[in-house]
Amino acid sequence: MTEPRIPAAPEVQLSIRGLSFYYGNYQALKNITMDVYKARVTAFIGPSGCGKSTLLRALNRMYALYPEQRAEGKLLLDGKNLLDSDIDLNDLRARIGMVFQKPTPFPMSIYENIAFGVRLHESLTRAQMDDRVEWALRKAALWDEAKDKLSQSGMSLSGGQQQRLCIARGIAVHPEILLLDEPTSALDPISTAKIEELIHDLKQEFTIVIVTHNMQQAARVSDYTAYMYLGEVIEFGDTDDLFIAPKNKQTEDYITGRFG
Amino acid sequence: MHLPRKRKSSAFGDVLFFNVSRAFAALVLVTLAGIIVSLCYGAWPSIERFGPAFLIGSDWNPPAERFGALIPMYGTLITSIIALLIAVPVSFGIGLFLTELSPVWLRRPLGIAIELLAGIPSIVYGMWGLLVFAPIVSEYLQPFLTGTLGTIPGIGALFRGPPLGIGLLTAGIILAIMIIPFIASVMRDVFEVTPRMLKESAFGLGATTWEVVWCIVLPYTKVGVIGGIILGLGRALGETMAVTFVIGNNNVLDTISLYAPGNSITSALANEFAEAGEGMYSAALVELGLILFLITFVVLSLSKILLLRLAGHEGAQT
Repeated sequence: MTEPRIPAAPEVQLSIRGLSFYYGNYQALKNITMDVYKARVTAFIGPSGCGKSTLLRALNRMYALYPEQRAEGKLLLDGKNLLDSDIDLNDLRARIGMVFQKPTPFPMSIYENIAFGVRLHESLTRAQMDDRVEWALRKAALWDEAKDKLSQSGMSLSGGQQQRLCIARGIAVHPEILLLDEPTSALDPISTAKIEELIHDLKQEFTIVIVTHNMQQAARVSDYTAYMYLGEVIEFGDTDDLFIAPKNKQTEDYITGRFG
Repeated sequence: MHLPRKRKSSAFGDVLFFNVSRAFAALVLVTLAGIIVSLCYGAWPSIERFGPAFLIGSDWNPPAERFGALIPMYGTLITSIIALLIAVPVSFGIGLFLTELSPVWLRRPLGIAIELLAGIPSIVYGMWGLLVFAPIVSEYLQPFLTGTLGTIPGIGALFRGPPLGIGLLTAGIILAIMIIPFIASVMRDVFEVTPRMLKESAFGLGATTWEVVWCIVLPYTKVGVIGGIILGLGRALGETMAVTFVIGNNNVLDTISLYAPGNSITSALANEFAEAGEGMYSAALVELGLILFLITFVVLSLSKILLLRLAGHEGAQT
């Protein structure tokens, strides 16, 4: 380690306090408390069914689409509890964007895929929108490949390009936090490497939370890692510390492959 | 040595299966061609005598053997257009409610109720339309429409006239009620196959339910939605019994008012075939049937073209 990896005292962006989550009667998350740091990448790892995706989907209240799902506790962003009933969900989701396991381009052109989300929240002139689309595509490292076919369907791109389009679409609305739910699980290794590189660039401007089933990926891209098991955060800390010197026996078993 | 023998028998089965299924498929084409040929043959005396004038003639006078198809064609098209104008938005609302908004416990009963509506025989709709609905239309709906839409210059003329109850408007509304179950259940089915993740992606950007449905679900399912509308339209064009009860069966076209009693191709056929003897009268009726067949064919073709153009707008797909 020649340079300090992380400046001292990173700023907390989102505080998770005593978060529990229920699918009907089944409790999927048990009293989770942890912080998400600003302009850092936080990874959730753990075996299938440990609740890592559930935790991610609680952060932008995606679960609110399904009446049988509910969360208790506190999610503090700028001092406000995101779980309060008076929170405007559309506004919340503009502040906390999300990218899914599989690329989900909308059935419209590449340009419109990005403009769609922006139009929901801002009214821009055509020129401003052009700039915004270009900015988002450049940020997502897709501009060079897509600039000549902006009017073509988003479906015409390859899988890896589609996923970068989804990332571009997510950052185009200027969120504060970007949630990535196993964003490379449906991609080939080359596309995966590109997305990981992108995550590294994007954390300059956005706080990123990533769920991954791939421990190497968590070690490569994240600054902080939370190891989860059966709905609880077993260990949370600096990624290098967690992978090199886990404090918890269960974490050690998982990352060394003896379990999971 | 076992292998070749085994292959031979399975190859024979394949050939048999191939030919049998090909014969079944060919049956469709043979039937279609047979119907066209026999319609043309039956209509030939009328085609020969009236030529293209049959399509624009509004005179329907069996004793004088003068026939023109304009009024039934007009009635068929107008009632179907009215039916679609009402049924498409309502069905969209039903499909949207059932897939996105309805509480889970209500979805099944409501879905079954819609399917039951589709199962009611059309003659029941016809009797209900004549005995119950037409009086309501003449008592309340037509005076109301005359007072509102009827005052608009231009299209207002459509909604003025004596409120008889039976007529083109009533027939169109009855048709709408009959085709809503078809269009609504197709819309519900195609809305349901929209991937959850795609919808969540749009919700994840902060879209409202309406924006998700209008901008994502509808474009994603447009082929199925248009298919459902065409299914409804096909039924509206061909519906006979219910229309015959409420359309008025009047071969006069002297006003553009939708309140006027008219005639449709199907109701003309149903009413007049029994009394038409051999000769020109029945040939003219068969030609009406041929025209209905062609209208349906043209509508289906146009919808195919529309779908191709929509696919073109979306850009290249690979």
